[in-house]
Amino acid sequence: MATRQLRYREALREAMIEEMERDPNVFLMGEEVGHYQGAYKVSEGMLEKFGDKRVVDTPIAESGFAGIGVGAAMVGLRPIIEFMTWNFSAVAFDQILNNAAKVRQMSGGQFSCPIVFRGPNASARQVGSQHSHAMEHFYATVPGLKVVAPAFPKDAKGLMKAAIRDDNPVLVMESETLYSVKGDVPDDLSDVVIGKAQIARPGKDVTLIAYSRATHIALDAATALEKVGISAEVVDLRSLRPLDEDTICDSVRRTHRAVVVHEGWPYGGVGAEIVDRIQRLAFDSLEAPVLRVTTLDVGMPYNAKLEQLCMPQTARVVAAVTKVVARGRA
Amino acid sequence: MAEETLDAESKAPLTRSSSELTHLADLYRQMFLIRRLEEEAARAYSTGKIGGFLHLYIGQEAVGVGAIAALKKDDYVITTYRDHGIAIAKGMSSRALMAELYGKVTGCSKGLGGSMHMFDKDHHMLGGYGIVGGHIPLAAGVAFASKYRNDGRVTLCFFGEGAVSIGGFHEGLSLAALWKLPIVFICENNEYSMGTPLSRSMSVEDVSMKALGYGIDRDRFFCEDVLEVERRIGEAVLRARETSMPTLVEVRTYRFRGHSMSDPAKYRTQAELDEHKGRDPVHRARADLKTRGFVEARVAELEASVEAEVADAVKFAEESAEPEAALLAETTYDGPFAS
Ligand SMILES: Cc1ncc(C[n+]2csc(CCOP(=O)(O)OP(=O)(O)O)c2C)c(N)n1
Repeated sequence: MATRQLRYREALREAMIEEMERDPNVFLMGEEVGHYQGAYKVSEGMLEKFGDKRVVDTPIAESGFAGIGVGAAMVGLRPIIEFMTWNFSAVAFDQILNNAAKVRQMSGGQFSCPIVFRGPNASARQVGSQHSHAMEHFYATVPGLKVVAPAFPKDAKGLMKAAIRDDNPVLVMESETLYSVKGDVPDDLSDVVIGKAQIARPGKDVTLIAYSRATHIALDAATALEKVGISAEVVDLRSLRPLDEDTICDSVRRTHRAVVVHEGWPYGGVGAEIVDRIQRLAFDSLEAPVLRVTTLDVGMPYNAKLEQLCMPQTARVVAAVTKVVARGRA
Repeated sequence: MAEETLDAESKAPLTRSSSELTHLADLYRQMFLIRRLEEEAARAYSTGKIGGFLHLYIGQEAVGVGAIAALKKDDYVITTYRDHGIAIAKGMSSRALMAELYGKVTGCSKGLGGSMHMFDKDHHMLGGYGIVGGHIPLAAGVAFASKYRNDGRVTLCFFGEGAVSIGGFHEGLSLAALWKLPIVFICENNEYSMGTPLSRSMSVEDVSMKALGYGIDRDRFFCEDVLEVERRIGEAVLRARETSMPTLVEVRTYRFRGHSMSDPAKYRTQAELDEHKGRDPVHRARADLKTRGFVEARVAELEASVEAEVADAVKFAEESAEPEAALLAETTYDGPFAS
């Protein structure tokens, strides 16, 4: 099987193009996706390839075009709705929460909503309090929605394709800071499925659980920890809902220790959910409390140093692991 | 060109009373100051001293300066992320602006807000906001408070034509009209919403028509002369103050730079840009000052004072301290909180 090096943004674009070529009901809609070639160039060239019927530029009307997507999906189209960033999805939250997620149950299963909402999520660089939100925590709490957050180009492509083919609303959390990251993308993506985590790096002393950009932080931390003789396993979740508790708990049963790493606030976040699963399902294996390394519990400041302080960093992961590993080893 | 001296000026025939001329000079100074501050900000951005998004107001200065000139000191102003010029026009100091852009603790928002969030409570500058349209209902709320307390204040709410498609605009206008709030909605129509020309974002070409459905007054004009902006916005301000009725004003303008520093603006031609630059309201005000009796020496003196102010602001920003981490908790909640 052939494998190519692609950037994360190219992998996403390829997935959309392949699915649009396969299924005429798939279309892309969002702000600046067409003529401008995408605010972050994810959809570059797609307007020229598919025309403005299938690559649709919208005005600034997130609630409107998210709702248009849901309505079109209810009657058989398969929309890909791009949010220029997930921050702006807050304006469309009602459509996603009350319509996309609920129409199947409200209609007793008569209607489904095969829609993809996608865009860059979480911090970029110094874009301040209103533009740095990690929105996955809000959405992952909603039954009826699936939420994925790929860290590597291969998973970006595989999960985007899976999302488009899924008959449920799937939210794809990308990252501005990952768009230029390169990685191997094989032709065969059959192992990339929604709801399945992967071991991004095997280890035996502690499990680091992360997703999206935080997976790269966890991998950096694992490299740093290796130098001090600590072997960290990195579980890359890929999918936040459904959550692959088997892969998480299997790893923790082997390492007996865990640290969860993600962007976004700690209070009620995805990390809290993971900690709940670990303490319920792998309690007897634990040698130490499970710690979380998250964005600090404040809005994101503009000042560069304070921003770095607020965001999860390799050093904070290393410090948390050091604490966790010290426990029960005295 | 004739030799221009202060003496020559005193003999020059004035087409306006000297106080009016001083007023125009003041407006020109504000516009020139905004332009120079932003040019320096762009320079600092390119060397990494300013980060994040930087949306420049260059080309649109006369809208904010003219409109705010029609206000009383205690009136309120609120705008979008394209907020530097409006903050300066409302009275924010150059130092506070530049230090905020540099992320320093001496900035108007202590370096926590950055370019998009210029707040200055003392000058009733209620800030710049990053979510398109999100501040429009908020502006109506400020006007609601003025009516509630009968404080006689007027609120100016600025936004781009891109915001006219979003719900916040319609709900804000609808409620302001229903409850007869003392507010002026100013749409700065600079023809592009990021890379999207108005023709691809609205079903009608005339933004001010949106007032019709809400039954409020409207106005629409090209921004060429800062005094004309002041006069036209002044009418709407008077309506708000005296009859507590909102107005939607569409001011047609143009931004000379990209949407933000990261936008190369490939969606428009150089010829189009040059044509607009040829009608630069800042140059127009400078020329008007001179035809109305201000000699070159006085204009140069005024510009030199701006250069000194800009240099001082940059130096101040460079030399100021960064905010401490302790500020984060203090600015998240009032008082102690359980985390
Ligand atoms: C709700 C929302 N959607 C998208 C964006 C991204 N965005 C920021 S500014 C902008 C264009 C706004 O254009 P316009 O309102 O005309 O104002 P201008 O920038 O021209 O001053 C867009 C799409 C945003 N900030 N908020």
